[in-house]
Amino acid sequence: MSLSASAPATPEAIARYEPVIGLEVHVQLATATKIFCGCPTSFGAPPNTNVCPVCLGLPGALPVLSREAVELAVKAALALNCRVRPQSRFARKNYFYPDLPKGYQISMYDEPLAENGYVDIVLEGAPKRIGVTRVHMEDDAGKLLHEGFRDSEGCSYVDLNRSGTPLIEIVSEPDMRSSDEAYAYLTEVKQRLQFIGVSTCDMEKGHLRCDANVSVRLKGAERFGTRAEVKNLNSFRFLKLALDYEISRQVALIESGGQVEQETRLYNPDTGETAGMRGKEHAHDYRYFPEPDLLPLRIDEPWLDRLRAAMPELPARKRARFIEDYGLREYDAEVLTATRAGSEYFETVATVSGDPKSAAHWVMGDLMGLLKAEGKEISESPVSARHLGELVGLTAKGELSGKLAKEVFAKMSASGEAPGAIIEREGLKQISDSGALEKAVEDAIANSPKQVEQYKGGKTTVLNFLVGQVMRATRGQANVAVVTELFKRKLG
Amino acid sequence: MDIASLSIDSIREGLLSRRFSAAELAADALRFAEAANPETGAYLRFSPERALASARRVDERIARGEDPGPLAGVPVAVKDVILTKGVTTTCGSKLLAGYVPPYDATAVVRMEEAGGVILGKTNCDEFAMGSSTENSAFGPVRNPVALDRVPGGSSGGSAAAVAQGTAVVALGSDTGGSIRQPASFCGVVGVTPTYGRVSRFGLTAFASSLDHIGPFARNVKDAATLLRAIAGRDVRDSTSAGVPVPDYAALPGGGVKGLKLGLPREYLKDLKSETGALISGGVDAFQRLGCEVREISLPSTDYAIACYYIIATAEASSNLARFDGVRYTSRSASSETLADMYRNSRGEGFGAECKRRIMLGTYVLSAGYYDAYYLKAQKARALIAGDFARAFEEVDAIVAPVSPFPAFKLGEKVDDPLAMYLSDIYTITGSLAGIPCMSVPCGKTAGGLPVGMQILATHFGEPVMFRVASAFEQAGGVN
Ligand SMILES: [Zn+2]
Repeated sequence: MSLSASAPATPEAIARYEPVIGLEVHVQLATATKIFCGCPTSFGAPPNTNVCPVCLGLPGALPVLSREAVELAVKAALALNCRVRPQSRFARKNYFYPDLPKGYQISMYDEPLAENGYVDIVLEGAPKRIGVTRVHMEDDAGKLLHEGFRDSEGCSYVDLNRSGTPLIEIVSEPDMRSSDEAYAYLTEVKQRLQFIGVSTCDMEKGHLRCDANVSVRLKGAERFGTRAEVKNLNSFRFLKLALDYEISRQVALIESGGQVEQETRLYNPDTGETAGMRGKEHAHDYRYFPEPDLLPLRIDEPWLDRLRAAMPELPARKRARFIEDYGLREYDAEVLTATRAGSEYFETVATVSGDPKSAAHWVMGDLMGLLKAEGKEISESPVSARHLGELVGLTAKGELSGKLAKEVFAKMSASGEAPGAIIEREGLKQISDSGALEKAVEDAIANSPKQVEQYKGGKTTVLNFLVGQVMRATRGQANVAVVTELFKRKLG
Repeated sequence: MDIASLSIDSIREGLLSRRFSAAELAADALRFAEAANPETGAYLRFSPERALASARRVDERIARGEDPGPLAGVPVAVKDVILTKGVTTTCGSKLLAGYVPPYDATAVVRMEEAGGVILGKTNCDEFAMGSSTENSAFGPVRNPVALDRVPGGSSGGSAAAVAQGTAVVALGSDTGGSIRQPASFCGVVGVTPTYGRVSRFGLTAFASSLDHIGPFARNVKDAATLLRAIAGRDVRDSTSAGVPVPDYAALPGGGVKGLKLGLPREYLKDLKSETGALISGGVDAFQRLGCEVREISLPSTDYAIACYYIIATAEASSNLARFDGVRYTSRSASSETLADMYRNSRGEGFGAECKRRIMLGTYVLSAGYYDAYYLKAQKARALIAGDFARAFEEVDAIVAPVSPFPAFKLGEKVDDPLAMYLSDIYTITGSLAGIPCMSVPCGKTAGGLPVGMQILATHFGEPVMFRVASAFEQAGGVN
């Protein structure tokens, strides 16, 4: 039970206040090697095996900056609309902790990699711009293992495999005014970084970590309130829950005559509460100073241009283009650009089929249903984008009825074959030749005198029944439009 | 074999004429050094296995008819802040008493590739912090010239070994004078190369922006040969320079006639002692050699001590953080909490001088003091470098004293750290500017104590520096 826990604020009280939220997001870059040495960054290796004198912080070891890490960090900065500084500088952040072998983290301080960016979010149709103050690079610490050893009661172990893993920290402006905005911002940041391939942003593996600075003020007040830093927001859901809790806690505190303390608070997912971290965290003076072991990082225009040119289209841009070029609805465009792999899949289906709207319909409907049922990512789809495009193309050209297409799709997902091969083998091609259908139409007329009577009497809806007869007789292969036309001619 | 009077050239000649093998030389040198060492305590430990293995490699190369390398068979002493794989490296600190590094410093690798033979590791001030080698956790070193006196520091063991003859050359490290001052005190040649000339990879960091590895030798040519062997770009040190390395030892011996030498006014005003007289004599010698000596001004010199002790201690406070008792450093046995473990391990492990500098450095980097101290010191550093840059538009090299006084008695200054800091004034300016500087013997006092002449050149101006030093040496210095 947290000492500072008190009754939550009433909705009326909360409504009188405006939350002010800024996020600090740490993202692990998807490099093959660590930021200052050649050790692999692979996850799950036995403890202390992906290490060397540099990432172990042995005496005499020196950092050498990875070019790949810089390039990914720059791409991230560009994706967040930041200005990449021509010169940035690493700085040492000094503190003692057993997972920090050098006794300092190599980060950036007053000369970060990039500044002045922004991310646009849309909340209930209303667009809003969230400022990105800065993006800087740093190395990660190791990990303390408190459990799973025979002597875990009495001591902890240190695994330095993660030590030296490249990170970027993305600091937002305090521009968010609700937990929903924070959620939308984090979603947008994550999506962009995944899109350009700089990080997997896998929160479960700690590739995306988020801290929030939260304060509240009476609506209309000019000055920000005292902020608390909330840590341990390890999922999107926890981010929202923790922010809502913290906002309510601060409002309740102020309403009851108290004052918010500037402190670091830890979110506890089990209780759903945040609790102040006592002692040490407060007193930290990191004694930043320029890292003398590294030269200033200079990123000239040609290098920046090359990286800019190599940037894939970002989700927002892609969304707009899907709406504009393919005539998709906003919602569909959003769903189809949620991941880079998904958007690329859709575009292939749209191009191959020549019918973007049907392509969207198929990808969002049958394909996503299939993936969900099989628990697969789109990159693992049993039906390739090209094959689905061919299938959608056949229906668009009227060579396959919708019903047959679904049958073919089911077979494609089982065998991974191209639709053409399945149609060929099973003889499923749509019958559009009116000569071939004439007999079936005449049979249907002969077998349904009552309905024919009704039709002639003006009840044209029975036409559906008659067409259905033909479809059944042809095992669904008849072209509905041709059959309908034949009925009209014969009964008209 | 007269080990104490060997030079790189005489060893090479002996090896190639098969008068002795490298293995025989190494064994003799080790025997001699082990026997002579108790007198000075220059070595902390010997590395006979490694020495003999290196020597055998040299012999094999000779047997195959290959060039055995510019340092073939040369017995080398290595300061104990420079890492040697498999050979205990303590940095003169109790904290690292049993520390065996898993890798070699780049300078060590290059030196051995050139045929050098490491006899052992030499004593030094703890983590290279000091000017007398009295701050070693493993006891002081005695100056072989006068055994009741210090050898200087922090590379006192390396200087003493070369002066005593228990090594032909040695590697030391210099942050604010730690090669030049002991070279001066022991009467040998000591070189602090341009910052970035020699890789720092594998040098235990004291103050990263000021640390250098450099050679000690009994003559200028040997120092130049050793420097050439260890110099050059190293991908593992981002601050190492890609500037080509000339053959310093094979430079045209064309003398120094017509060279312009600068004599900094600010260095001479308080120098009225015997040291001052010897330096004046050295200046006269340069004039006799045909140099044009002119007085120059380095007006920012007054800021140097404060500037140096802010920057060096700031960086040191961070560099020494890794000696925290968590992994390879010794851990205090009596700790209840994590904070206690840090406090006790570091409290028990570090000596007084390291603690003093860690506290100073922590203070100057603290919130609210950074701008007043660290940032201002960086500005002062730029001014000092600017002084030198202007001076080198006028002169080819600068000549100056190394230390205000010759070797002092053991224990004489241990209680006055400030006096110790102030005595670094002539060496730290060059360190702050990152320029090459060296000490070359410049006669002895009436009491027989050596005094060094400092020669400074512009960035990567080692060739002219060695040329001046070599001419001075050949002219017999002062006497
Ligand atoms: Zn590593």
